[in-house]
Amino acid sequence: MSDSDKPRQRDTAVVRLENVVKTYRGGEIAVSAVNGISLTIRRQRFTMIVGPSGSGKTTLLNLIGCIDVPDTGRIEVCGDDTGTLSDTEITDFRARNVAFVFQNFNLFPVLTAYENVEYPLLLIGMPEAERRARVNSLLEAVGLGAQARHRPNQLSGGQKQRVAIARALVKHPELVLADEPTANLDSRTGEQIIDLMHRMQHDEKVSFVFSSHDPQLMSRAEDTFVIRDGRLVEQLEGARS
Amino acid sequence: MMRFKIAFRNILRNGRRSLMTGSAIAVGAMAIILFGEFVGFIVVGVQTGTVRNSGHLTVFHSGYMDFGSGNPSAYSIGDYQKVIRLIENDPELKAKINVVTPTASLFGIAGNFTIDTSKTFFAKGLVPMDRQRMGVWDEYRLGHDDSRSALAFSDKNPNHGVIGIGLARVLGLCKPLHIAHCPSPPEAKQAKPVEAPPLDLNLAELSARDRDGAPAGPEETAPRIDLLAATAEGAPNVVSFFVDEAQSQGFKDLDDNYVGMNLVLAQQLLYGRGEHKAVGIEIQLQRSEDLTAARARLETLFRDQGLDLEVRDFTELQPQYLQLVGFLGAIFSFIAIIMGVIVLFTIVNTMTMAVMERTNEIGTARAMGVRRGGIRDQFLLEGWMLGTIGATFGVILASLIAVSFNHLGVTYTPPGNVHPVPLQLLTHGVRGLLVSVWGGLMLTATIASVIPANRAARLRVVEALRHV
Repeated sequence: MSDSDKPRQRDTAVVRLENVVKTYRGGEIAVSAVNGISLTIRRQRFTMIVGPSGSGKTTLLNLIGCIDVPDTGRIEVCGDDTGTLSDTEITDFRARNVAFVFQNFNLFPVLTAYENVEYPLLLIGMPEAERRARVNSLLEAVGLGAQARHRPNQLSGGQKQRVAIARALVKHPELVLADEPTANLDSRTGEQIIDLMHRMQHDEKVSFVFSSHDPQLMSRAEDTFVIRDGRLVEQLEGARS
Repeated sequence: MMRFKIAFRNILRNGRRSLMTGSAIAVGAMAIILFGEFVGFIVVGVQTGTVRNSGHLTVFHSGYMDFGSGNPSAYSIGDYQKVIRLIENDPELKAKINVVTPTASLFGIAGNFTIDTSKTFFAKGLVPMDRQRMGVWDEYRLGHDDSRSALAFSDKNPNHGVIGIGLARVLGLCKPLHIAHCPSPPEAKQAKPVEAPPLDLNLAELSARDRDGAPAGPEETAPRIDLLAATAEGAPNVVSFFVDEAQSQGFKDLDDNYVGMNLVLAQQLLYGRGEHKAVGIEIQLQRSEDLTAARARLETLFRDQGLDLEVRDFTELQPQYLQLVGFLGAIFSFIAIIMGVIVLFTIVNTMTMAVMERTNEIGTARAMGVRRGGIRDQFLLEGWMLGTIGATFGVILASLIAVSFNHLGVTYTPPGNVHPVPLQLLTHGVRGLLVSVWGGLMLTATIASVIPANRAARLRVVEALRHV
């Protein structure tokens, strides 16, 4: 049994960061995006990372989501030290345990809503009957059962983000990362998306981490990490627990 | 299945670009196939002409090819009918053979003594009926035959035959043979015979003697010439020869020297009252693909029977055939390579643009858990699919064009030919060409996708996601 297969309840932390540093270098200019952050994200919580634009939220989410590697420090996701995994192992790890909701939705334009949601299940080799039931269930849950055959260009921004949420949750991952999921939506739709994410997080019992530069959304999160200039400046736990 | 779906939909997604790329592949496929079919037609046309004229294989007395022309008696095949029966009755060869026919070839002097003119000639003695059968050989279904030229003389009139137009012109036979655009020799340029030393042989007397000995037949209307040659023993011999027709031979040298005569007459001229032999035995097979097997069997047969004979195929006797095949093959390869390179760069360009445009999608897929290999395979699949679609359309269109072209009835006169023949694109037996072009372009398109596909696979996830 690999570390990732360990029972979820054994550890209350889904993510642990220890003194993580990430610096981007463009020519002679070095920009410190994450500067020695240590934090623990609790399992099955609705967690928010908040901070102004350029504070390092996206970089932090990328590091947690194992799509970027730190210069120094240690990152543990779902009990695995991600720094010890090869590219293929980390890719397979993401396929099983981590899902993303992007600011720009990032749906595959050539696939229908149904196929977009189905895609992650193909990567983990789920049988077709089970896959079909799961996809339909998730699309119904996000209110898009009737739009299953629509391509992304036939959907509104809010509908696209609902598909993206369904796609993230369909494989029942340990961890869902949403990078500014409401940034490209109007405020009313953004509110609905936050509500949906929270409801789905509760229903699916997954750990949900989303970033935003809007401090007003802090009231919606259970745990909140405030970062500025690549540093963790405040940590609020159990706000809605 | 999902990978195929994504690949196909992405091809449709950039419809205009895919159409242009597919068109380039299709045009490449059409160019290669149509030129290949043209080359194929030329090659089988030349092969057909050669095989109709001299068969696939010729049996000679051993050493004839090297020394036979200097001593035809020593290098002729005696009792050749027995050899022919041996060949025709061999169970292995029987099914493969179409015609087995003896031939004789000789050199001599042709004279039209009514106007005191003469010219050296080269003659081939043939069996007219066999020639007629050989002339309709059409393995590649080219649809035309050379039997008419063989019919110009027949077995019934052994001292009748044909000569080259050039020879007819020199011998002053333009008018009696009704040859168009054929000037008579100017009087002033005719050689004066008075200064020449007297010959031991009186040609006119020999000619008269031959005529007196010839069987009485119906009154001849064809112009007569006299043919003088040395017999195998070296004695002079002369026969009367009635020219039924002057035929263009395609080459001036042949035109000025050729005499086509009945084998019986050639043997009479070459061997006199001695044993009538054959210089060669020509064998026309049913199918050219049996050539190697038939040759091997003949050699075994002769060895087993203790016959001092050798077998040559038409490519050895007509070396220009292989030169032509090599030449056309080189041009075909050149065009195929150019088309392949064009397709290669078109696909590289298309796939590179696809990778650039879909960088964000690549990042998304990688973030979701698609391995580098999966990304690479996706783009390779798209390249393969583009190549397959383009090549398939190319093959279909080329086939339609070829069939349509063949119905136009275009004709041309190939080198060495006299009469125009249909110019067609070879549509029979070209399955190998079609499959090769189809598979080759498919493979080229896939190989062309390797670099862009690898570039896509190597993209860093974060950078790909950041790409706008």
